[in-house]
Amino acid sequence: MKPVFMTYTKKDLINLAVCMVLSVLIIPTFIKTEYWYTSILIPWLCLALATIGQQIVMGYTGQLALGAAGFMAAGAFAMFNLILRVPDLGFVGSLIVSGLIAAAFGILFGLPSLKVRGIYLMVATLASQFFIIWMIDKFGWFKNYDSSGIITAQDIVILGKPFTTPLAMYFVCLAVTTILTLLAMNMARGSTGRNWMAVRDMDIAAESMGVSLLRTKVQAFAISAFYCGVAGALFAFCYLKSLEPVAFDIKLSFKILFMCILGGLGTINGAFIGAAFILLFPVLLNAIGNNVFHGAIDATIISSIEQVIFGLLMIIFMIYEPLGMAKLWENLKQSIRSKLSSSGIKGIKSPVLKK
Amino acid sequence: MAYERKFKIGKPILEVNNISLAFGGVKAITDTSFNVLEHEVRAIIGPNGAGKSSMLNCINGIYKPQQGTVSFRGQVVPNITPNIMAQMGLSRTFQNLALFKRMSVLDNILVGRKLHTKTNFLEVALQLPKVKKEEKLNRERSEEIISFLEIEDIKDTPVGKLPYGLQKKVELGRALATDSSIILLDEPMAGMNVEEKRDMCRFILKVNDELGTTMVLIEHDMGVVMDISDRVVVLDYGKVIGDGTPDEIMANQKVIDAYLGVEH
Repeated sequence: MKPVFMTYTKKDLINLAVCMVLSVLIIPTFIKTEYWYTSILIPWLCLALATIGQQIVMGYTGQLALGAAGFMAAGAFAMFNLILRVPDLGFVGSLIVSGLIAAAFGILFGLPSLKVRGIYLMVATLASQFFIIWMIDKFGWFKNYDSSGIITAQDIVILGKPFTTPLAMYFVCLAVTTILTLLAMNMARGSTGRNWMAVRDMDIAAESMGVSLLRTKVQAFAISAFYCGVAGALFAFCYLKSLEPVAFDIKLSFKILFMCILGGLGTINGAFIGAAFILLFPVLLNAIGNNVFHGAIDATIISSIEQVIFGLLMIIFMIYEPLGMAKLWENLKQSIRSKLSSSGIKGIKSPVLKK
Repeated sequence: MAYERKFKIGKPILEVNNISLAFGGVKAITDTSFNVLEHEVRAIIGPNGAGKSSMLNCINGIYKPQQGTVSFRGQVVPNITPNIMAQMGLSRTFQNLALFKRMSVLDNILVGRKLHTKTNFLEVALQLPKVKKEEKLNRERSEEIISFLEIEDIKDTPVGKLPYGLQKKVELGRALATDSSIILLDEPMAGMNVEEKRDMCRFILKVNDELGTTMVLIEHDMGVVMDISDRVVVLDYGKVIGDGTPDEIMANQKVIDAYLGVEH
């Protein structure tokens, strides 16, 4: 008989092992150029983490929120001030507290979700985006009265060891992202995630089963903001290496929203797929522009083309595959598996199709 | 009934006292009172628009009646909300299906175990041993309900993809998973064929018989109602026009008039 409950199936453990080997051993061995770490892998991990935050509130709990970048800014500036003013906390401690500070903002700006929903909630949550950025700009204390507007982020020091090379920073981001991703998966698969999805799918029935709408929604906003806050701190300290409120503008919020939707609402791995796509696609377009057309196309046109394609993709996915690229990936795996099994390769069983 | 009941019908578990509900100027329920005894199967019947579903929504706290109270085990419940009623041990199904469409059958039923889940999100995130233990117990109970309802083969299917009759079964399963002492069923057999109805009746009676769960159901099929319920309350235009055993109801002239129409 199958065990009634297991947190992780064998498949999950294999997936995790493959990801770990790939990211810890293979990538550092084969990729030596700094560009890959500083411009692709590090922002990818940071933004994927923020996208998980967006997933929790939007994909799992069904609350249309738009303001991830605001919470990222809160996390980033909290981190800067904590390292500056409370050096005893250390990097990891500051990171956690920054996340908690962002979570407090999440609770505050999640409260409208109790009264309004859908597009109105989206507008209400925009307040977080503008309020947090405004607050940081308005009160000099947050920037330590730096007049230049751009503050250099402090060096990352963990247990007395500096983490300043791109590779070291990549490992910092990787460690944080891995841990938080595993925690998110545990929540999503456990009773916490079921409460979120129950509220998303039918709130009145959820309430009749004893799921508190207030607690569940506020909890989702808080956890979401925590993820965004930590992601924002990493984004500022490992990727930008500077702090400026402008870096966390509404455009970044939209980017994270696109990553969430293209990756697939209500999936954790979709966050990584979506983030990779949105980050790599412009790189690919630039490469095509430079190598195929040899720079004949202006860079501004390329970036416009990029916007057009993103827009089109959003529409196409919303209509034909609301579950996004994560679902496409699942389908692909499924079809490969059934092809392999029908061609008689031993050891691979095609999944039993349910009625 | 000829057989001996394991759970003897007892004191009133639920009392509806003088409830009046209006939407704007439209009166849905007017000064209605009735009670439900512990361990009984109680049916609420009445023509379309008689206020039956509104009544359940008042009991469950989805609607706030302008007048009247609901008592649970002899105590008036102040500020009724669906959540408070769930905690007191009252569960329900909905007329137009209120399942979690994108979740699997098993997950839907597991949500019904919510009030038996005491671990918080942090403990779940860290997968502490007590979370695993609790999840295991909840899953075992859910699997029991799934095999009781004979829906093992669809337990991993997203509910939205199931036909109507099966969805109704899943909804009953979710209500059962709460281990409530009283379950309100809003038209559990609407849109079902004879065979499905017979199955559903069997489940309702079996639950009532084996677990002693008090059942309150709204149903249109008179044959079914008269067969399975201990007592019936009849609503018409938001008022009680009959209350008693199936035999008494069938002999009640007012009820016959309401259903067949009467010449004035």
